[in-house]
Amino acid sequence: MIPLETFRVALRALLRNKLRSFLTVLGIIIGVGAVIAMVAIGEGAKAEVEASFASMGSNLLIVMSGSTKSGGAHGGFGSMPTLTGDDLRAIRNEVPTVRYAAAQLRTSAQLMSEDQNWATQVSGTSPEYFQIRSWKIERGRGLLDSDLDSSAKVVVLGRTVVDKLFGAVDPLGQTVRIKNIPFEVVGVLAAKGQSAMGQDYDDAAFVPQTTFGTKIQGGLQKFISGTIFIGATSADATQRAESQVANLLRDRHRLQPGAEDDFSIRNLTEMADAQAEGTRTLTTLLASIAGVSLLVGGIGIMNIMLVSVTERTREIGVRMAVGATPLDILLQFLVESLTLAIAGGMVGVALGVFSAGRLAARFGWATLVRPDVVIISVVFSGVVGVVFGLYPARKASRLDPIEALRFE
Amino acid sequence: MPLIELTQVSKVYRMGDVEVHALREVSFAVDERDFVAVMGSSGSGKSTLMNIVGCLDRPTSGTYRLDGHEVSRMDRRALARIRNQTLGFVFQSFNLLARTSALENVELPLMYGGVPARERRRRAEEALRRVGLAERAHHHPNQMSGGQQQRVAVARALVTQPRLIVADEPTGNLDSRTTVEIMVLFQELSAAGITVLLVTHEPDVAAYASRVVVMRDGRIRTDTRQAARRAATDLAAASALADDAPEASA
Repeated sequence: MIPLETFRVALRALLRNKLRSFLTVLGIIIGVGAVIAMVAIGEGAKAEVEASFASMGSNLLIVMSGSTKSGGAHGGFGSMPTLTGDDLRAIRNEVPTVRYAAAQLRTSAQLMSEDQNWATQVSGTSPEYFQIRSWKIERGRGLLDSDLDSSAKVVVLGRTVVDKLFGAVDPLGQTVRIKNIPFEVVGVLAAKGQSAMGQDYDDAAFVPQTTFGTKIQGGLQKFISGTIFIGATSADATQRAESQVANLLRDRHRLQPGAEDDFSIRNLTEMADAQAEGTRTLTTLLASIAGVSLLVGGIGIMNIMLVSVTERTREIGVRMAVGATPLDILLQFLVESLTLAIAGGMVGVALGVFSAGRLAARFGWATLVRPDVVIISVVFSGVVGVVFGLYPARKASRLDPIEALRFE
Repeated sequence: MPLIELTQVSKVYRMGDVEVHALREVSFAVDERDFVAVMGSSGSGKSTLMNIVGCLDRPTSGTYRLDGHEVSRMDRRALARIRNQTLGFVFQSFNLLARTSALENVELPLMYGGVPARERRRRAEEALRRVGLAERAHHHPNQMSGGQQQRVAVARALVTQPRLIVADEPTGNLDSRTTVEIMVLFQELSAAGITVLLVTHEPDVAAYASRVVVMRDGRIRTDTRQAARRAATDLAAASALADDAPEASA
């Protein structure tokens, strides 16, 4: 028999019992719908996490100086400056896997424009910092090496600060007072959004590292009272860069083997990976729960197909008498369960996409329907149809035509 | 060369520990174009004989040659092919597919024979015309009388232009008038060159065959040739009687 013919016969048999066919595939519909919706939610969460880590900067390492130890009480990392400007230069020049390195000296300060003021984080840094954090300049210019050389009183502002101090007024060329010292606004950074923890990246102001040291913070110029940001040459190199920088610093700080580091290095790529791993686990969990319901749907199909074979024993006998081969009968029932399952799978996809959209709208969750997940779901429901349809179909094809014709 | 040639055919069913000999070394031949009635009480082996001749079952021993081909050792797939190409079946309970039009019921064997849709439709319409049901092509079995359903079944049997039609008590569920109508059809088919093997327990029906085989206990008891009654004549007489009936009762 022609394949298309088999499909047509199967479709007619299914349409003959519309309600039963629908109830049979309800399991598959719900199963696939659940898979699609769950994975969409999981993928949406993953994409959000990835985006927030990407906004911190790529291939990022952060080096912090060590802790103070006074009378047995340990301060936190960064409480005792151990990193020097020479360390920074050494990292920049001696570690091959480091592309950029920049110090970030930090303090909180009140910024004042002509008629507004705003407390924000003021950082002293160098031009590389913006490369490391893949932070673009929206207007004007960034910091220049010449600004550092001349300790220029220039400032680059984050989006939020611009909004608070200037509103709709063009900030370029305006003067902002930091600790009562006038700085010229030379650039505005592109909006970067929030960190994974909800911190606003755009609420920040950047001045040249040298100017920061002399005009804003003061103190020993030798040490870096802040952190060093490092951009590795590639994602793969981040790990190596971490250990190479650690070895370099231990060497430079003359730490004996076995002695504790007087600095710490955070690998943000690793953190991002861990986060992504977490959401992946979530996605897998959701998908496997949904997969189980798909399996239950398959059992529903098998159940009804077995009933159907028994009910139609006589029909099978007639078909065999007029010349249907066992293979014809096998295919007829197999195609029936396959058609049921695939149709259920497709309705399930529609249901899943719809409910993912509704959830996204209702709870403000990010959802992401991936086409490969859709295809896999439909194919998998087809596989379920074949696997669970095979036993009833085999049973039908092995009927003895004489017995089948006699069946009441 | 005979169309059907059974040689020393036995069929043994095993029911638990008991062996049932449904056929005991039956040798039997039917020439092409013959119209044979097989009679016997239930348990005589006539149904088993029919199943074997109809390639629905295989003999336990002995050989069966159909149109010169040894079919007794063929597998299920090959037997299905023979049933489709060479044979047609008519059953006591019609065995039409429910909720399927007469036309599609008649098309069924052609579908398994791989005949293209257009050709199938044409031949099915032709077969329905032959049994006088052209205008009922789109009726479903439950919209037709028993006689009409059996005509559809006959159309389904003849649509593949088989060499042999096997009919198992085809008139068992019909009244005497429609019985004659169906027998007219079988005699027409026989006259057109199709061999007919008809299983019945009614002597009235067997009278329309040109050869009567009587079975008992798995063996052929008698095998006689006879002058067949003409069904068409009986039908005309019955019609005349029916036309007279109103006056008679008046």
